[in-house]
Amino acid sequence: MPVDIEARVISNTRLSPDYNVIALAAPDIADATAPGQFVMVKPGRGGDPLLRRPFSVFEVLRERGRVTGITLLSKRVGITTTMLFDAVEGDVVSCLGPLGKPFELVDPPAEAWMVAGGVGLAPFATLAEALVARGTKTTLFYGARSGKELFYLDWFASRGIELKLATEDGTNGDKGRITVPLERELQRAGSADVMVYACGPEPMLEAVAHVAAKYGRPSQVSVERVMGCGMGGCYSCVIPVKDAGGGQHYVRSCIGGPVFKGAELVWD
Amino acid sequence: MDLSVRIGSLELRNPLMAASGCFGYGVEYADAVDLASIGAVVSKGLFIKERSGHPPQRIVETPSGMLNAIGLQGIGVHRYIKEKLPELRRLGATNVINICGSTLDEYVELARILSDAEGVHALEINISCPNIKEGGITFGCSLHGTFDVVSAIKKVTHLPVIPKLTPNVTDVASIAKSAEDAGADAVSLVNTFLAMAIDVETRRPKLSNIVGGLSGPAIRPIAVRMVYECRRAVKIPIIGMGGIANATDALEFMIAGATAVQVGTANFVDPFIWSKLLAGMRDYMQRHSVARIADLVGSVDTSTREKQWISS
Repeated sequence: MPVDIEARVISNTRLSPDYNVIALAAPDIADATAPGQFVMVKPGRGGDPLLRRPFSVFEVLRERGRVTGITLLSKRVGITTTMLFDAVEGDVVSCLGPLGKPFELVDPPAEAWMVAGGVGLAPFATLAEALVARGTKTTLFYGARSGKELFYLDWFASRGIELKLATEDGTNGDKGRITVPLERELQRAGSADVMVYACGPEPMLEAVAHVAAKYGRPSQVSVERVMGCGMGGCYSCVIPVKDAGGGQHYVRSCIGGPVFKGAELVWD
Repeated sequence: MDLSVRIGSLELRNPLMAASGCFGYGVEYADAVDLASIGAVVSKGLFIKERSGHPPQRIVETPSGMLNAIGLQGIGVHRYIKEKLPELRRLGATNVINICGSTLDEYVELARILSDAEGVHALEINISCPNIKEGGITFGCSLHGTFDVVSAIKKVTHLPVIPKLTPNVTDVASIAKSAEDAGADAVSLVNTFLAMAIDVETRRPKLSNIVGGLSGPAIRPIAVRMVYECRRAVKIPIIGMGGIANATDALEFMIAGATAVQVGTANFVDPFIWSKLLAGMRDYMQRHSVARIADLVGSVDTSTREKQWISS
């Protein structure tokens, strides 16, 4: 069951002129969160923004073996993300969660390939920790516009995650989209059992799901749709999902997702 | 303290109702909220058949409000009775079913089907959804249409019949009167205000449906005024709604003339709002020595202001 916490801002680290990582004192949410789940966040009490916004839980914070809070990876694009960017230690952010269906984990000998685009890195820190704890060999494919927008590389590397990078301007890793190194590695993968996880812009998710399917690998994608409540109440965050009969129907991504099998989605 | 109120033959344990389309089918919230603690749960609008609704984007936020054009995505009445109602009965919810039709016959058929179902306590008649062309808005925008659909439904059901009125008319009080004349047990108002938002960068409407319904605190003063006008026009109970976000807002509607109130958009922001609303109402009753919350209904004192209101 989700809880609503008036979470104190522990710290707010600006990673670039647009990106920040905000740490929130929300131990009850941190304790209950599974990789891929999200929280609905509202900074401030005013009517603009009126609604909460969904954010993947980025990190689960621990201190002396106890969970103390969560972090959110945010990119400044609208009112809420600007408020999160500007927040200072001691501010309060209303935080409802954990919500949604988590990723399904895989065990060795299966490998996990996580594919992140931009702020879509967010769900992969907790996923990486859970996979590493199971001994699953894990690779992060991480793409951004430029090398300056690739964050937390050391964080992942120090946990034994192999990194495959791509940037649109070629300043780090392959030049181009993240599907470039992904497809190359899939060609090389032989008969290895691989689960592809993806989070990022929807065109990227579509491309990743297609590439994975082309090489016969299953995928799980975490989608982000305009969401009103996060609880299944408003029916705004729907995404088309294939029917058994060949048609499609809308599924609420808040409770039916945000993680879906790549093969079940209809890309609109 | 007595928080109970009466809507026709239906007694509610308190005046709070979860508004249609803002609470799923109710079961979605069962982990977070004791459904039996809410006066009533109004279902998402149901047609006879399943509906897929509009393509995304379905909502857009505006200052202190939101526009929606969901398009009444729904599982249809038969799946509702089979898949949702047993769980709602088990949870002790008081169930008001919101019904939508394209034709008079569909409304009548829905009323018949639901009157035979166990655990249905009242029918809210959706003649006010602004987002679908074929829906009952055509009934809800005319005096005759409202009269015809209410009287036809009254003939086939023993359940309280509560038409939900649109604010997108010149005179909502005359529509309420028409509903009363047709035998409605209560009226609920208001549905959302038809509205629009445009992305100036792309010059495209923000909603796939182009227009949608505005809800949230932005509409509250207009809704309060409409409840007040209807209170003066009809004797049947009024269920008031429009931007209620705290106990003060709920009490404002009751004092304006609402016997019960519905909460919608605010539940999206805070699913735990119900116990906070009840606590706030109890606190008010204590401070003002109100033993029965029903005594507040329509208690607005306009004695010194009436003249100004009429002349303005």
